[in-house]
Amino acid sequence: MCLAVPMRVIEIQGDPDDFLSGQIAVVDVDGISKETRLDIVDRWPELGDYLIIHAGFAIHTLDPKEAETNIRLMREMGENVEAIERMEKRT
Amino acid sequence: MKYLDEFRDQALAEPLLKELHKSVTKPFRVMEVCGTHTMSIFRSGLRTLLPESIELISGPGCPVCVTSASHIDAILAMAERENTRIALFGDLFRVPGSNGLSLANASSQGAKVDIVYSPMDCLTLAKKYPDDLIIFLGVGFETTTPGIAATILAAKNSKIDNFTVFSTHKVMPPPLIALLDDPELQIDGLLCPGHVSTIIGAAAYEPLAEKYGLACVVGGFEPADILQALILLARQIGKGEARVENAYTRAVKWEGNSRAQQMARNIFEPVDMEWRGLGVIPESGLAIREEYSHFDVEKRLNIELIPAVEPKGCRCGEILKGKEIPSQCPLFGKRCTPGNPIGPCMVSSEGTCAAFYKYAK
Repeated sequence: MCLAVPMRVIEIQGDPDDFLSGQIAVVDVDGISKETRLDIVDRWPELGDYLIIHAGFAIHTLDPKEAETNIRLMREMGENVEAIERMEKRT
Repeated sequence: MKYLDEFRDQALAEPLLKELHKSVTKPFRVMEVCGTHTMSIFRSGLRTLLPESIELISGPGCPVCVTSASHIDAILAMAERENTRIALFGDLFRVPGSNGLSLANASSQGAKVDIVYSPMDCLTLAKKYPDDLIIFLGVGFETTTPGIAATILAAKNSKIDNFTVFSTHKVMPPPLIALLDDPELQIDGLLCPGHVSTIIGAAAYEPLAEKYGLACVVGGFEPADILQALILLARQIGKGEARVENAYTRAVKWEGNSRAQQMARNIFEPVDMEWRGLGVIPESGLAIREEYSHFDVEKRLNIELIPAVEPKGCRCGEILKGKEIPSQCPLFGKRCTPGNPIGPCMVSSEGTCAAFYKYAK
């Protein structure tokens, strides 16, 4: 049910403050473009932003900083164990 | 692809798997609430790589699976009406009603059934078939509801008269509370759903952590995401802690998506809802508000739910509560297969039985 592929915004139509303006983003994933609704997205995107989409509606605009923190914490968790292993090998 | 490949990188997941093995200091049971998590854990092969002392049980997070037999029967009865088109997300198409027949059968006998990608597609159908009443089958949790609310609002604004919704929408915290109140189900931690949490926020699990002393971690869907969430759960459980942590910060904020929450609240209101396996849970469902009742097919056609019995021998109810696994069901892999499903947990692409059949049988 949940599609976890973030899609890049290549075009924006409509006005963030006007529901009737047809709030739509055109997104691109691997060269395929698709329209998605922006009615319920948490942050109005800019061109180049990435969206998480559910059943034709964008539900989240990715924050590049949050994504960076997310992967950094994962790497640190993994590096931690590798560092311990290296120390164990030395002793 | 950005924000996908780097999280799917095996070089990211491998050390996390090692770290997880080190982090587990005592055996524990975790419920993965979301059907997409269930499928990801099987598909990636994680299930066989995890420490044996972690027991993962699947929860009530597959929306098609928890749709009650009486709701399925009501859907099948509506499909037989004249001048009616049923629109739905694909998974529901083959779920059998209490007479053993499904929308797939109804469709082959002439019922008009359309599988759609987005609820907005129904508005196109409504314009294309002005003589038909479009009934969209609203099945899903907090992630799905705001988009359907936006569709109802768009239909009202565009004065589309022949679009309706059959709302079996459900919200996630109440069934979790119902399960946690059951003394037979002992769990130490929750792997909280990814995109439901995008909407409701990680904060929504704080009452569960506090009241039930439960470690709660929100996780994404890639193997590295799931491993990171399990490490955090193992650490909390090892130290005897019970709090909410968010391991999916790129998609989930602490307070959630307030715009989507507001959209859902404007159109829907809480109502008691029947769940397959769990029975009626107070305020666990969403009904369309009176102001928008023109789009509510139950009101418009006076639909009444008739109590229905589960298929004989089917253990979906117990499996949805995490009390049994598919191989304990007498029908599993014998009379009930993905090609000829009897219970919804075998039909849905993210049902526990479908996952066990495909990857663990």
